[in-house]
Amino acid sequence: MTTGEAYFHYLRGLAPLDTPTSQRTMLHDAMTIFRYQMRLLLREPIWIIVVMIQPLLYLALFAPLLDGIAKTPGFPPGDAWQVFVPGLLIQLGIFGSMFVGFGIIADIRHGTVERMRVTPASRLGLLLGRVARDTLVLLAQAALLTLIAVAFGLRVPLAGALVTVGIVGLLGIALASLSYAAGMWLKSEDALAPLLNMLSVPVLLLSGILLPMTLAPRWLQRLAQANPFSWVVDGARAAFRGDLGNGALATGLVAAATLAIVGLAIATRTFQHESG
Amino acid sequence: MIEARGLARTFKTRRGAVEAVRGIDFDVEAGEIVGLLGPNGAGKTTTQRMLSTLLVPTAGTATVAGSDLLKDPVGVRRKLGYVAQGGSTNPSAKVDEELLTQAELYGIPKATAKQRASELRSVLDLADLGDRLIKSLSGGQKRRLDIALGLMHRPPLVFLDEPSTGLDPQSRANLWTHIRSLRDSQGATILLTTHYLDEADALCDRIFIIDHGKIVASGTPAELKRRISGDLVTFEVQEEDVDRAKELLAGRPEARDLTQVDKGLRVTVDHGDQQALPLMRALDGAHVRVSSLHIAHPSLDDVFLTLTGRSLRDEPQPGAAVP
Repeated sequence: MTTGEAYFHYLRGLAPLDTPTSQRTMLHDAMTIFRYQMRLLLREPIWIIVVMIQPLLYLALFAPLLDGIAKTPGFPPGDAWQVFVPGLLIQLGIFGSMFVGFGIIADIRHGTVERMRVTPASRLGLLLGRVARDTLVLLAQAALLTLIAVAFGLRVPLAGALVTVGIVGLLGIALASLSYAAGMWLKSEDALAPLLNMLSVPVLLLSGILLPMTLAPRWLQRLAQANPFSWVVDGARAAFRGDLGNGALATGLVAAATLAIVGLAIATRTFQHESG
Repeated sequence: MIEARGLARTFKTRRGAVEAVRGIDFDVEAGEIVGLLGPNGAGKTTTQRMLSTLLVPTAGTATVAGSDLLKDPVGVRRKLGYVAQGGSTNPSAKVDEELLTQAELYGIPKATAKQRASELRSVLDLADLGDRLIKSLSGGQKRRLDIALGLMHRPPLVFLDEPSTGLDPQSRANLWTHIRSLRDSQGATILLTTHYLDEADALCDRIFIIDHGKIVASGTPAELKRRISGDLVTFEVQEEDVDRAKELLAGRPEARDLTQVDKGLRVTVDHGDQQALPLMRALDGAHVRVSSLHIAHPSLDDVFLTLTGRSLRDEPQPGAAVP
């Protein structure tokens, strides 16, 4: 029997053409994509580690510089580790997530994004499944980084560390979503790379991640106050000192949550919208 | 199965607006294989992308598989299988991972999905490849996987965008068999785009010829070819007999448009199959030595050339190509 004949017999033996009857929901679609993306990632787990090398290098090669600076007037309360590690975690949250847009550009090129957009799957689900994978990976990296920092000499109350990892998760949701939206919109690595570089440097410098903004001159402090990421860093530092009732922590949490919601809203719109 | 009215799409580019599709109307009946034929950049893919909910039309409406394209896109997606032009799989994924994920997105229960994946693999010559990484597949295998993915939910309507591009002749012929079986045995309706004349001719019940975003002609392949009146008959004759042959052929009313070509003479007649031999005998009777006889039926390319003044094989017009 030739292939064609086999195919003919196969098709003739089928039940009438059907349409799915079982109920799909947004969450079901998100879980489907999450599992699919997770399997792909775990096939090459090396990337999960590669992303961590940068913060680990900062921890080993930059943090020691801070011991001296911690005695400078204007240095915020807490020892050098308690000030630096939360900043490093926020940095991981930003830089570990903002490049996921490159992944979706590759998938657009492979045609998988379009294939899934022709299915009845929920657009929000298609997005959330990816963001959920990115956030889970980020949370694991943040937890691991904190543990390694403890081995280096960090002392941090458990509750403060957990709240900070939570903040990192919210940042991850925000930046992964925005990065996907930018990737869907630009569809080209050559356009996405300069955009991300252009945005990431001011965000990094004006957030007090590397050195606290309390050391900065007045004008620079004012500029940093306009950067929501600096509120998030201040909040994380308060949490690391164990100062959970601090207003800065509440502000940081609200800022991170707001960024996450705005990011998701923008990205969902991009996913729903046609792509020319 | 498809009812499109005034469908149009304009893209904004840096150099201004490009009208990729300029208001087209067409109907496709259930069980038909219909082809959109045209050169690159004609608007075929844009039309399919609009009808598959991937692209919102700038104007016009359509009903696809019983659902309104604009009001109920999810209804359209449920019943449509779409096989895009440039592939649809992640090279780092395994064959069954893609098939089962696709089924999950259609809400197909896992057991059913597994069974369908293995059935589709076996009939599309991918039987033992379920656990293979997609980057290790050949071009033809990848293309068949694209098609399997489009069929996982057994759609009554299937869109194929340039289905055989990049395939070797053997895989191409096999693919055509698959496409025909899909309709013949299961009653699926198929809308395909192609810029290959032989593909449109071999597969399609009806063809819409598209050029510059408009349908310029439609009909069965035979109907379209009939629009070019007559067949071309070429006689290869000895050089010293050419003048005598010319004189004789010029005197025959059924032979029109007498032209001298490379190694002989060409005329146009209404029915080449019946009229070539009498002409041949007449030449023979006048002692013209004919070394060969060639009858050419008009091709879809000739139809296209007549309708648009361009050949389908021409390079696409600059600026006309749109994703």
